[in-house]
Amino acid sequence: MRSSVLPVLTVIGLILAIWYVGSVAMNQKWTRDQAARTGAELTFAQIVADTMNQRRPLLPPPHQVASALWDGVTKEPVTSRRSLVYHSWITIEATLAGFSLGLVIGVSMAVGIVYFRVLDASLMPWAVISQTIPIIALAPMIVVLSNSLGLGERLGVENRLVSKAIIAAYLSFFPVLVGMVKGLRSPDSMQTDLLTTYNATGWQSFAKLRLPASMPYLFASLKVAIAAALVGAIVGELPTGAVEGLGARMLVASQFGQPLLMWASLFAAAIVAGLLIIVVGGIERLAARRMGVRP
Amino acid sequence: MKDSQTIGTPVIDARGLNLTFQTADGPVHALKDVNLSINKGDFVSFIGPSGCGKTTLLRVIADLEQPTGGTITVNGMTPEAARRARAYGYVFQAAGLYPWRTIEGNVRLPLEIMGYSRAEQAERAARVLELVDLKGFEKKYPWQLSGGMQQRASIARALAFDADILLMDEPFGALDEIVRDRLNEELLRLWARTGKTIGFVTHSIPEAVYLSKRIVVMSPRPGRITDIIESPLPRERPLDIRDSREFIDIAHRVREGLRAGHGDEV
Repeated sequence: MRSSVLPVLTVIGLILAIWYVGSVAMNQKWTRDQAARTGAELTFAQIVADTMNQRRPLLPPPHQVASALWDGVTKEPVTSRRSLVYHSWITIEATLAGFSLGLVIGVSMAVGIVYFRVLDASLMPWAVISQTIPIIALAPMIVVLSNSLGLGERLGVENRLVSKAIIAAYLSFFPVLVGMVKGLRSPDSMQTDLLTTYNATGWQSFAKLRLPASMPYLFASLKVAIAAALVGAIVGELPTGAVEGLGARMLVASQFGQPLLMWASLFAAAIVAGLLIIVVGGIERLAARRMGVRP
Repeated sequence: MKDSQTIGTPVIDARGLNLTFQTADGPVHALKDVNLSINKGDFVSFIGPSGCGKTTLLRVIADLEQPTGGTITVNGMTPEAARRARAYGYVFQAAGLYPWRTIEGNVRLPLEIMGYSRAEQAERAARVLELVDLKGFEKKYPWQLSGGMQQRASIARALAFDADILLMDEPFGALDEIVRDRLNEELLRLWARTGKTIGFVTHSIPEAVYLSKRIVVMSPRPGRITDIIESPLPRERPLDIRDSREFIDIAHRVREGLRAGHGDEV
């Protein structure tokens, strides 16, 4: 643990240094233009100082992003539309709904593929093809379709949540499917032969052998799936005219020239992704302890 | 079931058994005209070089392979009916314990599948774990045990339900010689205490001679029986019996049988 602190800090320091240099380089043009307009002569130190505190910098330096993020999280009540916590929660809601849907779809498709030869030949290629279509092209269609079908009203939730969840599920079912197919097929012939000698039923060999054997594969997939679901939820907020959620926040900020807000939302999304992965990792550790995995 | 096992009726009876695998390189004759009967309470070893069909024969008895010719009965039934009646316990080359179950949980596995009550599962698991000298390891996970202990747990798993036949496919093949000697001794004691009929596949001559009442010598391509040796050794066998005259004579005869089987191949 201790030995990893120094390298991590070094990398972070390096990134921050490059970032600051980039900020100065990209923002100095605006400073010079302003100075030229008033005919003022600026020293290098003055230019650098100005690039650190512009209202609409091309590349905001780290401390500006950090303070925008801090303000967005702490300065507003969490119910306010200006709070990043509020928008994060909207996105997390859609992410979790889509992730759950993707989990159910992925696991059931995997079971079907492992147990029925026909499905293996017919379903798997489509699942692969589905992931080659750019989601950004597909998202508007999913929004229009789910809105016109009125899925949200039927389920008693917002229409926007439904279409975002579908997009998130579309991205997250695939890693679950691939992991579960591999996991359910992981028991070797000796282990299945053993159950044959017990005259076990198909259900018993699923519940007692294949399902528990697939758990390590499932958890590896879940970490990919939860991140994919978050990307799906954010992408789902972009073309929908959504006004809430981190994706909507990023879009609004970029359209109305608020780079600080855009970067703060971006970092909020990254932090949410990290937290979601930590939660999945925690559940994995709990499961591993219950299943007696070697620590 | 018990009535069919009166004295003189063989528990396992194979007549003119043939098995041909169709492979990409053409048919492989894994078993050719195998005739064998095993009586109740016998300890029968199958020995031979790899490819002689000894494991295949054990798997045919267990209904894990289907013969392409001849007849075989287990407890007077077809192997499939015997398997459905849970007539045998099978021990594989590797222990194959489920890593997510404790040792006790692994022994309970067949009992859960066969629908024993929880109380009976616990009682039987405790009994067989004591039988294989693993008392006190119930709550351990497989990775916490040595290879020899894992294989003992897998034997306990095969003993947990009431099967009169125990089929063992090179169960100690992956263990070192010292552990193997100890487990051989324990297996003989277990055989004496339970009176089960045991079919034991091995490629070790001393192991076969030390354990068996009868030794079936097999040879490859096509897999067939070349010799069946009735052991004159007493049932009570201390480890040092392996230095006795009789033991050496039987081992010699087995070796001759193996060599003869190999001879007509070259």
